[in-house]
Amino acid sequence: MKNLKYLSILLLAIAFFSCSSDSDSVQENPINETSGLVKVQELSNDNHTVELYTETGKLIQGYNQISLRIKDKTTNKYITNASLNWTPIMNMSTMKHSCPKSLIEKVSGKQTLYNGDIIFQMAQNTSAFWELKINYIINAIDYTVTAPISVSASDKRTVNSFTGTDGVKYILAYINPKNPKIGLNNMTVGLYKMEDMMTFTAVDNFKVKIDPRMPSMGNHSSPNNTDLVQSVSGGLYNGKLSLTMTGYWKINLQLLNTSDQILKGEEFTPENLPSSLFFEVEF
Amino acid sequence: MKTIATILLATFTSICFAQKEEKDSISPIGLNEIIVIGKKIPAYKKQPKSLATVEEYLQQSSKVNMVRRGGYALEPIINSMTTERTIITIDGMRIFGACTDKMDPVTSYVEVSNLSEATIASGQQGSCHGPTIGGAIDMKRTNLMQKELGWNGIFKTGYETNNQQKIIGTSIGYNDSSFYFNTDFTYRDAQNYKAGNHQEINFSQFTKYNLSATAGYYLNKKSAIEGAIIYDKATDVGYPALPMDVSLAKATITSLRYNYTPTATYFTNWETKVYFNTITHRMDDTKRPSVPIHMDMPGWSDTYGYYSKLKGKFKKHHFMANLNGFYNKSIAEMTMYPNNPKENAMFMYTWPDVRTLYNGLYLEDAIQVSQNANIRVSTTIGIHSNKVADEFGLQSLQIFYPDMNASKNRILKSLSGNYILHHNKFEYGFGLAYGERAPSVSEGYGYYLYNSNDFYDYIGNPNLENEKSFEANLSFGFKTGKFTSNLTSSFFHIQDYIVGKIDSNIQPMTIGASGVKIYNALNYATIFNTDLNLEYKLAENWNFKTMFVYSYGKDDNNNNLPFISPLRYSGDIQYKKEQFNIGFGASGNLAQTKFASVYGETKTPDYVIFNLNTGYTFPWNDNKLSIQAGIENIFDKYYTTFSDWNKIPRQGRNFFVNVAYTLF
Repeated sequence: MKNLKYLSILLLAIAFFSCSSDSDSVQENPINETSGLVKVQELSNDNHTVELYTETGKLIQGYNQISLRIKDKTTNKYITNASLNWTPIMNMSTMKHSCPKSLIEKVSGKQTLYNGDIIFQMAQNTSAFWELKINYIINAIDYTVTAPISVSASDKRTVNSFTGTDGVKYILAYINPKNPKIGLNNMTVGLYKMEDMMTFTAVDNFKVKIDPRMPSMGNHSSPNNTDLVQSVSGGLYNGKLSLTMTGYWKINLQLLNTSDQILKGEEFTPENLPSSLFFEVEF
Repeated sequence: MKTIATILLATFTSICFAQKEEKDSISPIGLNEIIVIGKKIPAYKKQPKSLATVEEYLQQSSKVNMVRRGGYALEPIINSMTTERTIITIDGMRIFGACTDKMDPVTSYVEVSNLSEATIASGQQGSCHGPTIGGAIDMKRTNLMQKELGWNGIFKTGYETNNQQKIIGTSIGYNDSSFYFNTDFTYRDAQNYKAGNHQEINFSQFTKYNLSATAGYYLNKKSAIEGAIIYDKATDVGYPALPMDVSLAKATITSLRYNYTPTATYFTNWETKVYFNTITHRMDDTKRPSVPIHMDMPGWSDTYGYYSKLKGKFKKHHFMANLNGFYNKSIAEMTMYPNNPKENAMFMYTWPDVRTLYNGLYLEDAIQVSQNANIRVSTTIGIHSNKVADEFGLQSLQIFYPDMNASKNRILKSLSGNYILHHNKFEYGFGLAYGERAPSVSEGYGYYLYNSNDFYDYIGNPNLENEKSFEANLSFGFKTGKFTSNLTSSFFHIQDYIVGKIDSNIQPMTIGASGVKIYNALNYATIFNTDLNLEYKLAENWNFKTMFVYSYGKDDNNNNLPFISPLRYSGDIQYKKEQFNIGFGASGNLAQTKFASVYGETKTPDYVIFNLNTGYTFPWNDNKLSIQAGIENIFDKYYTTFSDWNKIPRQGRNFFVNVAYTLF
């Protein structure tokens, strides 16, 4: 009886190992690294095709997490040793400008997949469109690819682009919670200032005050929210967003500088009602 | 605490000494008040208005008062304490209302036709069926055992002019030597009632159906098994004192009982019951002319329970043990519909699927220590646990209590001792007790529960301590052939007394609310109630009864507590001869000058109303036809009392007629 038990364990182990060697061979061609992602579009030059992915297959106004991979047109294989950077460009009739973006890094644990974030402060319209320029280096050779991208408008306010009382142009973007829930949500936003038309840098040591309200229910608020602050310099702003029920919430905001002066946004009162600086969530 | 423990210990010691003497054994006197409700009762006990509501019956007790939110489902107060601090059971079964706003007390799910009597126990004397502070009401169902064999049936109907209430009921049963069954049905339908001066109170209508069946089988001479069900459904119930009405309040109450009566042992009776009840409650604001936002607020409460009660007699001891437990599941939700139909509905749990499990053991011994002295001691120990079963609901509460766990366990204890001495025509009683209770579902886990009486949103607090009551009671009786008097007093010192405390940092959710109160504990509160009942047989057939009740309640800052009655009195004179009776009575309150301003109360003026009733029973085709009629609030007084939610006025002049025809 006992022997039978050991034998069965042995058999099981053999079966298990033989299986795992099978899956090793599959990983030779890591096609499944984009599972859970939907392709947005391809950008193509003579040598390569750059594929863009997001969770929804769309680029929208506000914060976007974008994954990329590069396919060699001749070998049909995905590149594993590229280094990339990107520049989104808004083409308007009278001017061009960029937007806040992160570096592009290899996704840890993946071989062909790279990712980064872009915050589009505006959507495209009939007279203005976005272009994405990607420069990349493979085996010390520089390549570049540029193509128009489609950035649709967000139906909720997820990004604010404004000039503070200090005369500086800021961009404040909603990042988390992606799927808000009843309770205390970890809230994350990105805050950037415009150095020039093409350069946006993270702002350090400011504070974002939040005051979520339900306009459809007499503008009641919620308890125990915490202001958003940076945990590391150059990083995002984090705090607690309290949502007491489902529905449409307007998160009234105030931006404070390092000396606690209000640069933008008004305190919510029954008289002046919502702040001019806000985000919206609905769930 | 220490002193009280010492006194209790001393009481116990004296019992132990006392045990040694003695010889004769008589049944110990009951400390509890019993209100007879049933239909087949001796004529002298018959109520002048037999189709009155359960609440009207209970209110005859000097220990009981009612919070009124309209014409239906009054909330009983025992010893000046509301639902959280009391226990109301049906034949020992625990039932929990499904409404977060206490619109459905247990008493609203039964009918007088279901019941034979109600036992009202003050303070810890009511702890037999679970932990309580203020006391207990056990509503006993009709017990059909040992009735005459064959069919029995009664048809009942009634009408009341004030709210055009129509009542129809039947009661049909059959008794055999080996089995029995009984069914009853009651239907009530009422329009808006009119307060004094013909002022119509809108949204005070109601419709209620109640159906009940009991069937038993004698397994042998000693044991019987009985199944019982009550189905109660109220629809279109208005609550004029509240911002919402009720479209449905439905209860199904079922039980299976096994009864064993041994002979010639120390044990006299063993009764075991398993039960289940389920309640659905739906609030409705669609009929109100203007609401800031339309909302649905349904609630559900399911309770599974059991008890096993053993009674016995050994020399001078009459003892009882009751092992009992229940598992309750309470869910209530709120969905608000924005004016913009494109927006998502606003949803939250107001009771986040709270599970309560309780198991306890109650032990009681009544000892005859001498020819004219009795001692009664009782104790309970119970394990009480709460769990927030819904993750979504737990996260909601974690907004307020980030470190809150889903579960919380408590141990609840009680101990009480009473000494009763008879001396000639006098009877003296003295008792001390200690008891604990766990916070209610609303107090522990409620989420933005709007109280339309003080205009605050209430938030539960899972970290509340058990409420602890130290109680002393005294009674004094004097009885001659013609005159009976009874004075009883209870004093409660309640530690960690749970109340809502304003938290000015939190904004209310409800449109128009003044703020938010979080359930919290006062260091202590004191409540004192005393009542005097006098009964005098003026002459043959003439009987005069009067009652005075005084209550007092203060918190630890010497503020008045809410829902404390001003001096309340009543008196009536009855003439009963053979099949005829007539009575005239008055009842009233003094002005409530010691109102709880801190808790949002305002002054209520005094009132007195007068009532007249009469009844006659005719023989009719070998059967009996009994007619009762009367006038309540004869002078159509416009009045409101301390316990009327938002000062909603009470009923004005009302003529009633109740008819009962014994079919067979």
